Amino acid sequence: MKVKPMLKKIVFKLIFAVGISITIIIGIFSYVSVQSQNKTLLAETERHTYQQSETIRSSTKFGMLLNEREHVHEIINAVGRQNSFKEIRIFNKEGEIIYSSNPDHIGIMVDKNAEACYTCHETDEPLEKLSIPDRSRIFASDSGRVLGTINPIYNEPACYRAPCHAHSSEQVVLGVLDVTVSLNPIDDRMANSKIRMLLFTLIVILAISSVLLYFVRIWVDKPVHKLVDATKSVASGNLNYTIEMNSSDELGALARSFNNMTKKLAEARLQLFQSDKMASLGRLAAGVAHEINNPLTGILTYSSFLLKRTKNYPEFQEDLSVIVRETKRSREIVKGLLDFARQSIPKKNKANINDIIDRAISIVDNQLSINHINLEKVFDENLPEITVDANQMQQVIINLIVNAIHASDKNGGAITVRTNLISLAPWGITQVKSALCTNGHNLMDQTVKIKGMPSIRVQANADGKEGFINLDPVYGKNRNLHGVKLKDKSEVDISCPQCNVSLLHKSKKCPECGGPVYFFEVPGKGRFEGCAIKGGKWQYWEAIEKEGKKEYVEIVVSDAGCGIPQENMSKIFEPFFTTKGQKGTGLGLAVIWGIIDNHNGRITVESEVAKGTAFTIRLPIEKEL
Amino acid sequence: MSEKLKICAIDDEQVILDSIVKLCGAEGWLVDTALDAKVGLHKLDTSTYDLIICDIMMPGIDGFEFLEQLRIKEIGTPVIITTGFSTLENAVKSLYRGAVDFLPKPFTFDELISIVGRGLKYSQIQRQVAKETLSSDAIDELIHYIPCPPKYKRLGYATWTLLEDDGSLKIGLTDLFFRTIGTLQQINLHKAEDEIFQGNMCAQIMTEDAFIHNILAPVSGRIIKRNEEILNNYAIIEKDPYFRGWVYSIVPANLDYETKYLIPCSSDRL
Repeated sequence: MKVKPMLKKIVFKLIFAVGISITIIIGIFSYVSVQSQNKTLLAETERHTYQQSETIRSSTKFGMLLNEREHVHEIINAVGRQNSFKEIRIFNKEGEIIYSSNPDHIGIMVDKNAEACYTCHETDEPLEKLSIPDRSRIFASDSGRVLGTINPIYNEPACYRAPCHAHSSEQVVLGVLDVTVSLNPIDDRMANSKIRMLLFTLIVILAISSVLLYFVRIWVDKPVHKLVDATKSVASGNLNYTIEMNSSDELGALARSFNNMTKKLAEARLQLFQSDKMASLGRLAAGVAHEINNPLTGILTYSSFLLKRTKNYPEFQEDLSVIVRETKRSREIVKGLLDFARQSIPKKNKANINDIIDRAISIVDNQLSINHINLEKVFDENLPEITVDANQMQQVIINLIVNAIHASDKNGGAITVRTNLISLAPWGITQVKSALCTNGHNLMDQTVKIKGMPSIRVQANADGKEGFINLDPVYGKNRNLHGVKLKDKSEVDISCPQCNVSLLHKSKKCPECGGPVYFFEVPGKGRFEGCAIKGGKWQYWEAIEKEGKKEYVEIVVSDAGCGIPQENMSKIFEPFFTTKGQKGTGLGLAVIWGIIDNHNGRITVESEVAKGTAFTIRLPIEKEL
Repeated sequence: MSEKLKICAIDDEQVILDSIVKLCGAEGWLVDTALDAKVGLHKLDTSTYDLIICDIMMPGIDGFEFLEQLRIKEIGTPVIITTGFSTLENAVKSLYRGAVDFLPKPFTFDELISIVGRGLKYSQIQRQVAKETLSSDAIDELIHYIPCPPKYKRLGYATWTLLEDDGSLKIGLTDLFFRTIGTLQQINLHKAEDEIFQGNMCAQIMTEDAFIHNILAPVSGRIIKRNEEILNNYAIIEKDPYFRGWVYSIVPANLDYETKYLIPCSSDRL
């Protein structure tokens, strides 16, 4: 069951490929080497055997001449006893074995077609001279391979003049000395050598396989495992999963691009989720508004009618006006719900923030004393009046204080509400809220937000690539999102995504790097300019710079409570994010964010776990015209 | 007062109908009721009314469809649209589709009476105009109100807007509107730099008969100037509402989108 998937692993495929190549390489190498070894050994044996045969011939020559047969027998037997010899035979011209180291063979007639005779007798006229290499032959016998060397014994004057007169002078060849040697020792060596080669091959394959296995484990298996785990985790919905991988190889690049992808996915999902939540909240609000407004109409019409009719009864007037007032308040609440769902408009009036905070504190006074919390007010008494929706701002302060109470210790704590008049340079703060190309096309992109603010979308061409860049709407921040990958320092040709009109300045150069300058129009706020070099930080917004430092009313609500963990910091302003479980709706800070944004203000948070949290709101003071 | 003015109220909530009957009854107006638009249309076939008050969200035929049916049947009775889902969009949409006014729920006695009073007055004027056009009497005395100039656009019948050459918009009130309310006592306006939103209240007019009339902005934008002259002398806005009597000058916020809910005044002269 488990073997099959194992064999499908990359490492085994690699080992398979490497094994086959090693086998082929070593196979060819061993074949060639064994073959040449075989040849050398055979040649050596051949030469040796021939020498032996020459020695036998010359040592028996004397015995032959004297016709001392016993002596010749003696020599042949003595030499033939050596292990390496299989048999030493001497045939006469007729093919009869006259001498042999094997006495049983003496006197046997050998056929002319027998292996020892065949070389010379294969033609009708037998050869009389035989070259030395042709004298030996290899043949198989019952006991393995055998090398035979024939040595013709030629007629010499001493032979036909010998006293025995056994040979006449006409004869050319008197007989043949045939020496056969067993090749078994050689064959054994060859076999041994083959086995050694085989073993060597196996060991090499094994060694390389284990090395491969080890490194593939480290370089491929582990990272792939991590990637697989990560994809599984992401598939099951955990988009916060990041792969820890530092390697700079292809898999490292894959991991980084995977992390990047999940991050993008998470952002996209969040946005989708949020808009989905907003949509369902909108439907809910519409339903609630419709359902509640009808009964409220009943109460409001009758009570206001009664109020009109009882002008002469002051004792009713007071009670009835409470009913009318509270019903009107309910009407505002329902309207607020609808407004929130549609991110609607504040009703702004001049007001002093300190007064608004005072009113908010009086509403939460009870909660403060129940929780033994000491609230300290540090007000700047010289705050100018600013244009705000007093009800909404009051709601903001109440929400922040209630959050601070919840974060504080049950047995008391301290909350500080501080107001200040500050003035800040526009750089890094002012937000572009509308942008047009020279043909009047809207460049604002409501779908791609940078730090929660709609961005400015422009067409970008550089390095032969084409794509979109979403520019950071905050003056001087440059947290741009590039939809196309550009090299650092490359000049970017920026144009309007709708009409392609170039947004590059014809004559102006960036005062910092001398590169091209892009620009767009901000209705009512003049021209916004910036460096069109990738990575360039220079931006200039004349109208805003001319206004100089802007004054803000700053409100800081700080507590010494439990703090917000770092991982929650990015989520706290999202709708429906809550740490209060069933007790919270998760809408409080989202509503606050929306209200402050509608007032062109900013809210930021600083927090340290167990030390406390501080929310800072900055509201711009609009200059009187 | 020879005959009582008749109103037809259509709403799927009985309590709303009851309160309208009671409140309008106190003012001496007769109210007929219908629990859905179908019944309401049926009633319109058999009798005539001076004014109709109709809800938007109703089972069967909704308020917008009801307006459409009236247009097809050529019933000229003015309609006030009311709804519990009182968004700006609904207000603007109903005004564009032919309603004379928009009354968000919940409303108070005063809000109902002032808006119904205006509606009835409007109804009477229109009826008078129709009658006199038929009987072609001496023309000079026939002018009941001055219609707004052809280049102007209006939201409902009460407010107009005019695109100026510099891209800003002027906003004002129509002569017909002043004919439907009592004598001016006080005007409350927003300040310069305030934002106003189409269909949202942009001014309040109090009349000597102690009614408060909420004026809905015809377009959204940022106020760059308001006409201080009219605050000092109400006669200007009453006498010359289209030129000297303008109310705000604004920078439009979303004109392209909002224009589709405005009615060109040139169409009034056909």
